[in-house]
Amino acid sequence: MTAFANRTTALTPAQPRWRDRLSEWTPILIIAPSLVASFIYVFVFTGWTFYISLSNSTLLPSYKFVGLKPYFDLWANQRWKLSYANLLYFSAFYVVIAALLGLGLAIAIDARVKFESVFRTIFLYPLAVSFAVTGAVWRWLYSPDAGIEYLVRSMGWTDFTFRLTTDRNLAIYAIIATGVWQSSGFAMALFLAGLRSVDQDLVKAAQIDGASQFRIYRKVVLPSIAPIFIAVAVVLLQFAIKTFDLVMALTTGGPGIATSFPATYVYDLMFQRGQIAIGAAASIMMLTALAIVLVPYALWSVWRSNRRARGHG
Amino acid sequence: MVDIAFDADFAASVRTERRRYVLGRIGVYAFLGFFAIIYLLPLFVIVANAFRELPEITQNGLIAFPRSFSFKAWPTAWSHFCVAGTCEGVKRNFYNSLLMTIPATIVSTVLGAVNGYVLSKWRFRGSEFLFGCMTLGVFMPGQIALMPWAYILGSLHLSNSVYGLVLVHCVQGLSFTTLFCRNYYINIPDDLIKAARIDGAGFWRIFVKIVLPLSPPILIVTVIWQFTGIWNEYLFGVVFTGGQQQPITAAVVAMATAVMNAKAYDVTSAAVLIAALPPLLIYFFGGKYFVRGLTQGAVK
Repeated sequence: MTAFANRTTALTPAQPRWRDRLSEWTPILIIAPSLVASFIYVFVFTGWTFYISLSNSTLLPSYKFVGLKPYFDLWANQRWKLSYANLLYFSAFYVVIAALLGLGLAIAIDARVKFESVFRTIFLYPLAVSFAVTGAVWRWLYSPDAGIEYLVRSMGWTDFTFRLTTDRNLAIYAIIATGVWQSSGFAMALFLAGLRSVDQDLVKAAQIDGASQFRIYRKVVLPSIAPIFIAVAVVLLQFAIKTFDLVMALTTGGPGIATSFPATYVYDLMFQRGQIAIGAAASIMMLTALAIVLVPYALWSVWRSNRRARGHG
Repeated sequence: MVDIAFDADFAASVRTERRRYVLGRIGVYAFLGFFAIIYLLPLFVIVANAFRELPEITQNGLIAFPRSFSFKAWPTAWSHFCVAGTCEGVKRNFYNSLLMTIPATIVSTVLGAVNGYVLSKWRFRGSEFLFGCMTLGVFMPGQIALMPWAYILGSLHLSNSVYGLVLVHCVQGLSFTTLFCRNYYINIPDDLIKAARIDGAGFWRIFVKIVLPLSPPILIVTVIWQFTGIWNEYLFGVVFTGGQQQPITAAVVAMATAVMNAKAYDVTSAAVLIAALPPLLIYFFGGKYFVRGLTQGAVK
């Protein structure tokens, strides 16, 4: 670089050199504003919120340092413990069911069905629309006055009860079911892409050996798409931790506080209860949860691509 | 004799194979059909009820074949219904959403394309590291940014304003758009760029003459991703704006969760459909690109 610059200095008069300099800097100048904005967004905002989480802020942000007190307050709080327990419970069911259903749908679609694109379109459309919108519809479907319960009763089964959202013990299942409804199509899309990339020679060889369809899937196809399972699980976990609109539109955290989630509780603490420091601490806990999921995944991905590079090199 | 027995055996095994195959097919279609019905149920309910009359809905329930037909709910939902104290329907909120989504989509896509171009074809020392830092923004939960944004929007006099949301979405969208475009441009052969540089083309000339003509697929993916993402966003909308300034997602949630509106199924259905229509249309017409964005954006 310097050698090149020296040469231009020697050969060209003053003005073109200035232009060369400028063009050398253009890319950096162009990208600088975006970098600064992203840097502020990622690091300054996180640091700022972290600092607020160590302050005595209540209704308004204040910058008096009180150490980890908001975190102790948070973890002493019953509602936060419930939110976290809800998140764990929800994540476990949601990730497993959505992934398995997605896999099932992908395998079924991969069996050379007619109208494949119609099915794919149907299973994926929930993802295109906001939960804020579809949640309102599901709220009705779960409600006893007019939804599924009403339908079954009007068909003659008069003591049928189906009241997920109004029962504090069952409301979480309404959230799980709706979450699965929304995201399993996404799992399907990823699995389907994986199934299509499986080496067909391997499958044919297994067929010639007389292996049953089930055995081929279990021994040949599924092992070769194992990385996709991990990718799907990581993405779904990320969705789970960020779950907010779904709960707000479906149950608003209720009945009572039964379906309180970390994301909704942060909102509540910061903007309804004037507990900004504790709310900030809760949002930092959300970030921690995401890091627990994503950092190992990122390390694993890097490790895998390094290994592959070495294998081929 | 032997041949005949063999043939009979063979025919029998073909028959069982055949029966197995047919049963398998029925099973596959039944499985897909069952879930297709469940998946479509909410869409059916919302479309059907937006065109039914309220007394008929209350009588037959939400999940029923429509026995009445009317457009009455639409004008009410659009311009007369009461949301959060004012009775102007969701018209304003719909415009707010457009006013927020279109500029934020354009700005973040343009910046993302240029950033992706720099980070793939004009790398400088540390650019890979900076790119890594930028992509961290993809994973940040919105909750972390709430207090800082509230302060910044307040000091820019942009709180409770659609323009504030445009700023929020531009900054938040940068990480996505840059990630998309950079990962796409990295596959453009460097030799192409080098050849153009030797011919004397500069930074912008190469971008306009070589990179942009190759970009339509990724730009469509990015625009669709940004548009649907920003249109559907709820958290920032509900936190930073209120009442008449809210985007439509926040208005619809306010409408659907208000106790006094609990029974206005027809009007709420129409409002929900209005809110869902832009992303749904994009999805049905640009589904291929939507899925591509989804698989790229989510896994990376």
